Amino acid sequence: MFSQYALDHAWLIPLLPAAACMIIGVFLRRLPVLAATAAIGMSLLSFILAAGVAAGMFAQGITIEQPLVYKIPWLTLPGLAVDMGVYLDPLSVMMLVVVTLVALVVQLYSVGYMHGDEGFGRFFSYISLFAAAMLGLVIAVNFLQLFVFWELVGLCSYLLIGYYFHKISAREAAKKAFMTTRVGDFGLLIGILLLQFLFGTLDFQALPVQIPAYLVQHGSGLLTVVALLLFVGPIGKSGQFPLHVWLPDAMEGPTPVSALIHAATMVVAGVYLVARAFFLFSALPEAMAVIAWVGAFTACFAASIALTQRDIKRILAYSTISQLGYMMLALGVGSLTASMFHLLTHAFFKALLFLAAGAVLHGLPGKNDIFEMGGLRRKMPATFAAMVIGVLAISGIPPFAGFFSKDEILLAVFAVSKPLYAVAMVTAFMTTFYMARLLFVVFCGPEKSGQQAHEAPLSMKIPMAILGLLAIVGGYIPYTAGFGDWVRFGPAAHLAFDWKIAGSSTLLALAAIGLAWLIYGSGCNTAAVLARRSGLAYQLSYHKYYLDEAYLWLNHTLVDGFGKLLSWLELHVVEGILKGLAGLVGQLGNGLRKAQSGNLRVYGLVMFGAAMLMLLWLLFDPLLKGLLAGGGY
Amino acid sequence: MNDLAYTVAFVIFAAITVGAAFGVVTKNNLVHSALLMALCFIGLGGLYVLLQADFLAAVQILVYNGAIAIVFVLGTMLTRRSTRHGTNETDENSPSAWIAALSGLFVAVTLGVIMHTPWRYSAAGPVQDTPDVLAQLILTDYMLMMEAAAVLLLAAMIGAIVLAKGVNAE
Amino acid sequence: MIGLAHFLAVAAIVFALGLYGVLTKRTIVGMLMGIELMLNAVNLNLVAFSRFITPEILTGQVFAIFTITVAAAEVAVGLALFFRVYRDRNTVHVARLNTMRW
Repeated sequence: MFSQYALDHAWLIPLLPAAACMIIGVFLRRLPVLAATAAIGMSLLSFILAAGVAAGMFAQGITIEQPLVYKIPWLTLPGLAVDMGVYLDPLSVMMLVVVTLVALVVQLYSVGYMHGDEGFGRFFSYISLFAAAMLGLVIAVNFLQLFVFWELVGLCSYLLIGYYFHKISAREAAKKAFMTTRVGDFGLLIGILLLQFLFGTLDFQALPVQIPAYLVQHGSGLLTVVALLLFVGPIGKSGQFPLHVWLPDAMEGPTPVSALIHAATMVVAGVYLVARAFFLFSALPEAMAVIAWVGAFTACFAASIALTQRDIKRILAYSTISQLGYMMLALGVGSLTASMFHLLTHAFFKALLFLAAGAVLHGLPGKNDIFEMGGLRRKMPATFAAMVIGVLAISGIPPFAGFFSKDEILLAVFAVSKPLYAVAMVTAFMTTFYMARLLFVVFCGPEKSGQQAHEAPLSMKIPMAILGLLAIVGGYIPYTAGFGDWVRFGPAAHLAFDWKIAGSSTLLALAAIGLAWLIYGSGCNTAAVLARRSGLAYQLSYHKYYLDEAYLWLNHTLVDGFGKLLSWLELHVVEGILKGLAGLVGQLGNGLRKAQSGNLRVYGLVMFGAAMLMLLWLLFDPLLKGLLAGGGY
Repeated sequence: MNDLAYTVAFVIFAAITVGAAFGVVTKNNLVHSALLMALCFIGLGGLYVLLQADFLAAVQILVYNGAIAIVFVLGTMLTRRSTRHGTNETDENSPSAWIAALSGLFVAVTLGVIMHTPWRYSAAGPVQDTPDVLAQLILTDYMLMMEAAAVLLLAAMIGAIVLAKGVNAE
Repeated sequence: MIGLAHFLAVAAIVFALGLYGVLTKRTIVGMLMGIELMLNAVNLNLVAFSRFITPEILTGQVFAIFTITVAAAEVAVGLALFFRVYRDRNTVHVARLNTMRW
């Protein structure tokens, strides 16, 4: 049986892309066709395996409570035993399928998009390594294995953002991403170490057993701190406020990278981590509240920035941050199912949006500003169709994928907190508005002069078609197939389909689309007027609330100031002491040099004088004097 | 009476020795210094006689007066062609006053020590036939030292010849 | 009565004078003379001690003989050096022999 084979060999899923990375890196760097074939072949194999694992999971009844775990001891020391292995439960299997599927599609797309690029082989090598790292993270059996792959994912992100390393902005963006996520990783590492310290294990199976007893015995204070430290990692990786600043800059990478890493997979690693450690977070109400509010604030905040951005990929980047905030919000209100469902649909439609944006950029090289585009509907019908599907999906218009997952989140939030629900609704409205704005400005209206747009090649259209299909049905099918029965935490809870919530959110989305049409699509010159009218608010949003500037300022004044202080200390105090010491020795030497006059008489005088002193000392030393007096000759 | 003669002899010889030594270091003429040194050695020889070291006195006169002092005089004469004046001046750069003070201090301290030390004189009389006894000692107990001294003398002789002759730079 | 102390006093004075000579004279020859005076002062000491403390054995005199030997060798080498320096540098002034000085 294939599914049984897949279950037993799930460890191959991350290993195959890793092998592809090695093979391409070592042998096929200069052979684009073979490199792409190897990468896509390996991705296809791991997708098939992942699908087999999913089938096996359904067949064998593997649930959240009864995961299938293979592990081998990785390192064993007195007091520390860490395993490495494969952890298969509906959560990780879902991630496996999503990651392998999106990776496969994006790699297919890259064949067309990256065609003729110098670093073609390098690109496929990196992207395979990334897939391997992400898949390894997903099947981790304990926090340490997860952390290792987490860092590997960060490394791949660095490599891929800085893919165009000859561009200064790309290098800077790669550095920024790496440094910013490093802040988060620091917290995560401390949290993991504290967990090991408190429980003596990092195992995902052993920890849930121990935590309730610990809570009863010691209370939740320290554990909340641990949970918040762990949450700092996802804040960095999943671009939550205030560590989101790297994500928009990460758009310096090639568009397929943005689609794969910064929309569909890597950035959801943080969400996945929180979901994986949900046994810990869900036991701590304070931590849950923090997650919910950070998520809600990030969602709303990023959406408000996206309203005014002009760079097509940046709009999508802020949209990604916003949607990640949504997932965090869902986790924070305790609905693992809704969060993971949104993760699933978001992976499809956001990848689709990015691929469509990539097609636009591919058709119009050198232009990023959406206001320099326009009327592309006629020239790029396929891309237009893909973009429409993506926008409708993210807006939550039924029956597209986003509707179902968003509805789940709104339901869950409504059940827990009304203020959060209000924030979520506002965010949903803004999301629809800016996506519609993007769509109208780029594809409708008159064509801008001097535009030489052309439609994307077939190798890019097919992936868009696949994702477009998934963005349409990716919500409805899992919803009806009982997604919540499998991916859940605790008992399966079917929230009743609430017509009021679903209806209001749909109406809101339609209203937002209508508003966007009025401002941007109808051809009236209302956009510029509005921008002028709103003044300060527009400026704030356009400049991303000056957060980058604030960080820079902080960096300059605080870090550089401290550096200056240290430099001053070094120059004047430390070096002063050293110079003083050196000078003292030098002066002593200079003084002693004079003693070495070469004047024989002075030497003789000193020698004889010293002998005299010794003689006198001997004479007046009472003991020796007594000896001399007593002894006699 | 005997004691008186001994005392007188001691005073005379001591005066010769000290006075000549003083002249050696104060005279500006090197030849004068050399000659006064010879006189000083003679005075010392007299003191040796007073100490019943007659053989040593003879050696002193022979070696120091006959050899060393003459070598000094010859050396002085060989190096200075024109004037003999100002050949043995005190170096104006050297801290003479300090050295004089130190030397004086040395004398004072030594004299103090000598006077305050309770010497234990031996009651035994001096050896009469010193050359025999010395020869005995040197050729038995101090054999090794004598041979070392012989080697030293040989080395000094060869060294002096080599140094004085100069090595041909070939 | 003339005793050991008197001889030692004479030796001390001669020694001090020799020392003064060594340290103050300008020429090598003058310094060598000073050294000779000091050696002789020591000799006198040795002989005097030998006479008054251990008259029955002549160790002091034996030492004095060796000292004389060494002194003779020293004068021979010293004067040879002196000639050498004089011929090479055309000076006998110690102050000018400062090639080794820093």
